[in-house]
Amino acid sequence: MDFPILSSLILLPSIGALFLLFANESSTKSRQTIKYVALFVTFVNFFISIYLWQLFDKSISEFQFVEEKKWLVGFINYKVGIDGISILFIVLTTFITLLCIISVINSIKSRLKDFLIAILILESLMIGVFCSLDLVIFYLFFEGGLIPMFLIIGIWGGDRRVYSAFKFFLYTLLGSVLMLIAIIVIYLTSKTTDIAKLYELGINPNFQNLLWLAFFSSFAVKTPMWPVHTWLPDAHVEAPTVGSVLLAAILLKMAGYGFLRFSIGLFPIASELFTPLIYSLSLIAIIYTSLVALMQEDMKKLIAYSSVAHMGFVTLGMFTFTQQGVEGSIIQMISHGLVSAALFLSVGVLYDRIHSRTINTYGGLVSVMPKYSILLMIFTLAAVGLPGTSGFIGEFLILMGAFQDSFLVATIASIGVILGAAYMLWLYRRVIFGKLTNNKLLNISDLNKSELFILTCLALPTLFFGFYPEPLLSTIEVSVSNLIEMYNYNLTILSNHNG
Amino acid sequence: MDKLNYIYPEIFISLSIMFLLILGVFKKNSSNLINSLSVLTLIGTLVLIFNYPIDINLEIFNGSYKIDFISSYMKILTILSGIFVLITSSKFLKIFKIFQIEYSILILSSILGMFVMISSNDLIVFYIGLELQSLALYVLASFNRDYVKSSEAGLKYFVLSALSSGLLLYGCSLIYGFSGSTNFQEISNTMNDVQYGLTFGIVFILVGLAFKISAVPFHMWAPDVYEGSPTSVTLFFAAAPKIAALTVFIRFLYVPFINVIEQWQLIIVFLSVASMLFGAVAAIGQKNLKRLIAYSSIGHMGYALAGLCTGTNEGVQSSVLYITIYLVMNIGFFSCLFMLKRNDKYHENIDDLSGLSKNHPLIALSLLVILFSLAGIPPLAGFFAKFYIFKAVLHQSMYYLAIIGLISTVIAAFYYLRIVKTMYFDLEKEKYDRDYTLGLKFTLSLSTILILFYFIYPSKLVEIVTKINII
Repeated sequence: MDFPILSSLILLPSIGALFLLFANESSTKSRQTIKYVALFVTFVNFFISIYLWQLFDKSISEFQFVEEKKWLVGFINYKVGIDGISILFIVLTTFITLLCIISVINSIKSRLKDFLIAILILESLMIGVFCSLDLVIFYLFFEGGLIPMFLIIGIWGGDRRVYSAFKFFLYTLLGSVLMLIAIIVIYLTSKTTDIAKLYELGINPNFQNLLWLAFFSSFAVKTPMWPVHTWLPDAHVEAPTVGSVLLAAILLKMAGYGFLRFSIGLFPIASELFTPLIYSLSLIAIIYTSLVALMQEDMKKLIAYSSVAHMGFVTLGMFTFTQQGVEGSIIQMISHGLVSAALFLSVGVLYDRIHSRTINTYGGLVSVMPKYSILLMIFTLAAVGLPGTSGFIGEFLILMGAFQDSFLVATIASIGVILGAAYMLWLYRRVIFGKLTNNKLLNISDLNKSELFILTCLALPTLFFGFYPEPLLSTIEVSVSNLIEMYNYNLTILSNHNG
Repeated sequence: MDKLNYIYPEIFISLSIMFLLILGVFKKNSSNLINSLSVLTLIGTLVLIFNYPIDINLEIFNGSYKIDFISSYMKILTILSGIFVLITSSKFLKIFKIFQIEYSILILSSILGMFVMISSNDLIVFYIGLELQSLALYVLASFNRDYVKSSEAGLKYFVLSALSSGLLLYGCSLIYGFSGSTNFQEISNTMNDVQYGLTFGIVFILVGLAFKISAVPFHMWAPDVYEGSPTSVTLFFAAAPKIAALTVFIRFLYVPFINVIEQWQLIIVFLSVASMLFGAVAAIGQKNLKRLIAYSSIGHMGYALAGLCTGTNEGVQSSVLYITIYLVMNIGFFSCLFMLKRNDKYHENIDDLSGLSKNHPLIALSLLVILFSLAGIPPLAGFFAKFYIFKAVLHQSMYYLAIIGLISTVIAAFYYLRIVKTMYFDLEKEKYDRDYTLGLKFTLSLSTILILFYFIYPSKLVEIVTKINII
């Protein structure tokens, strides 16, 4: 591949941001130009990523479109490439960012330029996370994302934004520093940080447990897993709508992706050893946060807790080490990316009009906002995991994988599905049905064009992949089976070697 | 005499100092001229350093003076910091009405002293250099003499520094007594087995040096002196003397005493751990930016020392890399401080930054980049500095040191974030003056760009630094 397509995907948004930095925001005309530039850049990026998906050869398991350049000579090379797993996340990233930009230019009034710059830089970093094939490069992108997100929460957030921004930043930073130590130790023991080479070499079994824990500390905070999930509700509640969307739809997926790529890929022995830990934390997350979600008064907080529960399913599925389980957790991540984005945007729609996120404020919206009610119904059902939506495919596959591994775990997780249905449907009932008690709601307007467009854009793939998940499954199939084969192979080799 | 051409830089600076002094006395109102001529002198010195091959390794004057790659590199850093101090500070000094000829000349003399320190391979030469630079610094600290805090800073620095110099001299005499020589190389040759007197000597000298780079627990002077001195002098304090002292640290520990590493390693580890933690925790309560940067520099010196205590070339290289990147960040940070001026009054509290991003978006953005880099967040330059330190430390399996270092990074991130919060999340105040000098604008943009885009091509600096092979 001659043309550096992945690097251009990474660089393009940053270049756009650089343009915006020197743009003048004072006149209406230049504000318009700023909007068009941001829209253009993200659209082109989305288009490239779709094109990349087309070019992508689904039948081979090796990394494709690999680019390698000398960076820190004799130490670390800049290396990017994709396999079937990363391509889906890249498409998700560019798609969600595009929708975020559309939403931002129609809703944010203050400091629009800065907001667009932050989103574009964040997009660069997020794409970088999903296609880096070197641990250090991965770490750079992974941590770099903290800066724009900190600013997004802090500048455009709600009343307690400062507290939430600090909590978000320090929590995730503390989790990640241990990963940095682990990366350096891997380099010192294996003399490389190239992931493909590390897959071949394998990591010394004596180190694996500690290294796994170091990576786990970073990913667990970011996922977030119980009990280190407490930053997430705060961050979500205080972040602006688009910030919540990016956080839930993409930033959380970086940790899930990290678990797949690094924890399972690099440390098979430790992964097997710690599977009970992951299972218990995931189950606690599923049950506990679902119960907590039931009690929430704040819509955003409710959805934030539901995110924790959904990510619990994701981690559960991954560590079953079965084809269905891993595929299910990837589909679940993609589906959650679409659905949680849509739910946060829907809450944003109400918040823009009434400036309240409390569930009690609303009720009976179906009679004044019919379009909104229909779309929210689709997303609620997708979050519940009703057949015919993408949420179903993910949860079903995960539970199938879990049943193969342990009956008990799968049963407890299934209870979580029921609880999930309870809080989501109850939320829907309280907001949409019932009597219109609040007089303010009488004059509320239904979705405007851009909101309708964004939500429809999210609803279509949710439904499409619910009925026909084949495009997703065929993309990841070879990569996932390769991952599991490699895992089993390394496990036998290394444990024989050890025993 | 044929070796003289290797010390042309030192000779050139000395002659320039004398010439400028005479010029200043006989020509009235020549502060501007002398300032520009001092910059020229430094540039000339920079050129003269390249007079001989840069990776030469040479001992002259009976082995008491050493010209090698590390000395040339550190001298270049010192000169650069001197140049940036001079070109950013003229406006500041004019406003305080202390723009006098002595200012530039004192900076030049102190740089000369640093040169001697950096190249010294002998206890006596080292001490002479140290005193020359310190004497100039005492005067510089109290340069704003009508301002009580500045006088206090100078006096405090003088008294405490004199005490530490005394300890240092005592250590020198102990080492001389037990080894029979003041030359580093010869001391190293006589070091066969451990003598307790020598260990005492090492400890005393380390105390003196730790004082100069303000490592905990010898840091007490730093916050007061940083706060009281004129800001331009604080910038000089925060950068140049640390470069020189760090070089002496490296040369002193790694040439004569590398064989008794077990005697001093724990001391350095302690200094490093204490500085990292204290620097991170104590800065949290500060309201004044200069005091804050004093504590932050204590912390940063802790990281540089962490590289030193490994006892390997890799560790030394990482420390040198660290101090280089630290220098760039420091210069950038102080350039921002020079820009916070309203009606000829400088503002230096964190509150004064409130809402800076609305009134002065570019300054705020630069400061944001610099602060995140100081906090060590990737992909900025500060991250790479820390990355190399931790790599060197982990290579020696000193896991606890790396973990403490990283935890203090997280604690320190809190106070850097607090400044970012004030700039970006809080309400704006009145605007600041926009009459920046060209030098100031240039310095700030240069340092920001270097920090921000370092990650695109990080190889070059690493390549240069790996040429330092002290052992």
